Amino acid sequence: MRLAYLIGLIVTVWTGTASSLDVEEYKRLEGTGERVLRILSTGDLALFSPFLASFHARNPQISIEYSVVSSGELHRAIRDGANVDVAISSAMDLQFQLVNDGLAKSYRSAQTASLPDWARWRDQIFAFTAEPAVVVISAERFQGLPIPETRQEVISVLRDNPDRFKGAIGTYDVRDSGLGYLFATQEARSTDAYWRLSEVLGRLAPRLYCCSGQMIEDVANGQLALAYNVLGSYAAEQAANETSGRVQILRMQDFSNVILRTAIIPATAQNIAAAGAFVDGLIAAGQGNRPGSWALPLLDHTPETTSPGFGPIRLGPALMIYLDPLNKRAFLEEWENAMVQRQTP
Amino acid sequence: MIATTSLGRKLTLLLAGVAALLSVLSWSMVTGLARQAAERTQDNVLSASVTTIAETLRTEQGEVRLELPYSAFSMLGAISQDRVFYKVVAGSRLLTGYADLQVPSGYGPDQGPGRVRFATGSYLGEDIRMASLTRFVQAGNSPVPVTVTVAQTRYGIGAITSDLSRHAAGLSIAFFLVAAGLTSLVARASLRPLKTITADVARRGPADLSPLHHKAPAELAPLLDALNRLMVRLGQSIRRSEDFIAEAAHRVRTPLATVRVQAEILLRATTGDAERQRLRQMIRAVDESSRSAGQLLDHATVVYRAEALARDPVDLGEVARQCAHALEPTAAMRDIALRIETQRAIVRGDPILIDNALRNILDNAIKYSPDDTTVTVRVLKDVETVRVSVTDQGPGLGNGAVEHLTERFRRGCNVEGIVGSGLGLTIAEAAIQAHGGRLELGKGPEGQGACVSLILSA
Ligand SMILES: Nc1ncnc2c1ncn2[C@@H]1O[C@H](COP(=O)(O)OP(=O)(O)OP(=O)(O)O)[C@@H](O)[C@H]1O
Ligand SMILES: [Mg+2]
Repeated sequence: MRLAYLIGLIVTVWTGTASSLDVEEYKRLEGTGERVLRILSTGDLALFSPFLASFHARNPQISIEYSVVSSGELHRAIRDGANVDVAISSAMDLQFQLVNDGLAKSYRSAQTASLPDWARWRDQIFAFTAEPAVVVISAERFQGLPIPETRQEVISVLRDNPDRFKGAIGTYDVRDSGLGYLFATQEARSTDAYWRLSEVLGRLAPRLYCCSGQMIEDVANGQLALAYNVLGSYAAEQAANETSGRVQILRMQDFSNVILRTAIIPATAQNIAAAGAFVDGLIAAGQGNRPGSWALPLLDHTPETTSPGFGPIRLGPALMIYLDPLNKRAFLEEWENAMVQRQTP
Repeated sequence: MIATTSLGRKLTLLLAGVAALLSVLSWSMVTGLARQAAERTQDNVLSASVTTIAETLRTEQGEVRLELPYSAFSMLGAISQDRVFYKVVAGSRLLTGYADLQVPSGYGPDQGPGRVRFATGSYLGEDIRMASLTRFVQAGNSPVPVTVTVAQTRYGIGAITSDLSRHAAGLSIAFFLVAAGLTSLVARASLRPLKTITADVARRGPADLSPLHHKAPAELAPLLDALNRLMVRLGQSIRRSEDFIAEAAHRVRTPLATVRVQAEILLRATTGDAERQRLRQMIRAVDESSRSAGQLLDHATVVYRAEALARDPVDLGEVARQCAHALEPTAAMRDIALRIETQRAIVRGDPILIDNALRNILDNAIKYSPDDTTVTVRVLKDVETVRVSVTDQGPGLGNGAVEHLTERFRRGCNVEGIVGSGLGLTIAEAAIQAHGGRLELGKGPEGQGACVSLILSA
């Protein structure tokens, strides 16, 4: 399934500990000096390229290797002690667990000090974007229907039009996607509508995805009528490309998750100075100090980035609760009951 | 006198030392308490967390089941940014968590299943605090002990402690500075009575031996007593010697008077020139002795009365007039005219002493003036002072320095053949100084004669 949407190269990089990585995209920017900054990230090149270019322009002596991997892959690689200088992921829970388990280095600078308390933890994990989970719909396929604003309304509209939406709903496969799992668990914790919605989705034979990008693409090309829990940054980018307005982004008004995209410097990092500079650059960009080179949402806490009454998901040990194997097994069981078994009757 | 270290400085240093000691003590106590409080808080939260997890323990189809509630970890994250580790073991089988987390097994004397127990240890090279709770869960047909352990690093405690410790240090330093400031004030205040007494003693005139009346603190009372007793003894001995002088003068003068009368009678009866001359010399020597004795007596009187000076209102004009009146016969014998220009001028003092002073000065003016001259006594008044001046037309006090004429037994060089003891001006000066005034020795108008003035403040 993954091969179906992979756009970049598939490169297998042999890291220092000889563990292999499934790399989805890879880019190298050649520097004038010896040093190489190895970045492992879950962020698509399309989103990060402008920033990489501007960082490279500011630090021309540093060579940059930017590899895009899944959040699970990234987590595994850092655990195995891969030769990585900066790890960037939108799966806050997995990133946090790495830090909690002592796999990250502390880093302090004027930039990190400028972060609000909720955007860093122990000077080891740094948030640089706040990105909401959104619902993306195809305007075409919603023609004649009210645009839902809350989960309850989504439930109603889906329930009332089973024929229109059968097989045309997309959401994360939480077994496969770290970010999807984070969204699902946080949502299940925060709103009881989650399981009801999952029941409804399950009955409509949802299509399960690993990543936001493909889901939005499928909404854009009309294969999907609605993609549930998509990372807002990708949706916004896609919507910007889609001038015809076929893709519409909805923020749920009852509750919506806001995740923090975070960077850590792994304990095994070799090029610490460059890694620090890169993290500083990310923080500066995330606070709006690098206009022009930033395709991602900003970290700021304005009403657009946070749902009513809720801040971003908190960086803290509670994130590890759903990573516990017992909890994870229980959650996935329930999720499969709701989602998958109905899909394949 | 050898001054050893200052009492005030010693006291200040001592008190400041005590304050410093207390500051350090209170700082270390606050730091200790802060650490204890922070540790207790962590224990409480760990205990709550572990209990929350243990409460989810149950069996499903003979299998031990549990889930980690969200709150179990979110409460740990709420108080500090500490890393969290956990472990759940059923019997000897790991259910979930960090397998290599070393949890001390067994219960202490006051611990048992169902009780949270705490331990400190280390994990991944960090100091940690652990809370464990064991519950027996019926799995199959035998109860299985399930131990839930939640551990947390102790950065938060360190941070809170060092933060509070910094605050406490600041407060302790402030406390010390205030205490040190107060200390020097206290030292100064407690030494103030000593200073007052010292100043009082130092301010006293040479003849003032009256007892010190001070409200002295208990510690200084003996010193004050001793001082007062010393002054009483001193006063007594001074008075005794004055009494002795007076007595001695009296005892000398009486027989001298007898000798003089006898010598006069003899002089009248004798006709031989050589004998008469010798007798005259004898009479003169007797006069000198008698005068000396009289003046010594007066001096003793002046010194004695000056010791506890009366402060009665005295009209200087009146004193001057009476004095002149008393010496009128002496002046008349030598055809010296006494001119008196007085006015009412009240001062406070002892009339006997003032009279004594004025009499000696007037006596000098008459004694040292040639016959057929005039001696003028004037009382002049201005805003602050009253001046009594006696001017004569005699030889004057000479051209040299005149201050030494007030020394005891000091006589000038113009006294050929004039009876005197050299105590007159001494007495006058002592009497006038006892009143806070002064004696002025100078020339008469147009540089002729002498002008001696008593100056007293009005
Ligand atoms: N009016 C004066 N004219 C000239 N000389 C004076 C006059 N008054 C004082 N003296 C000088 O000052 C000296 C000191 O005077 P003082 O009265 O102390 O002593 P005295 O007159 O010699 O003796 P006493 O008065 O005790 O009998 C005198 O010996 C005299 O030389
Ligand atoms: Mg005289």
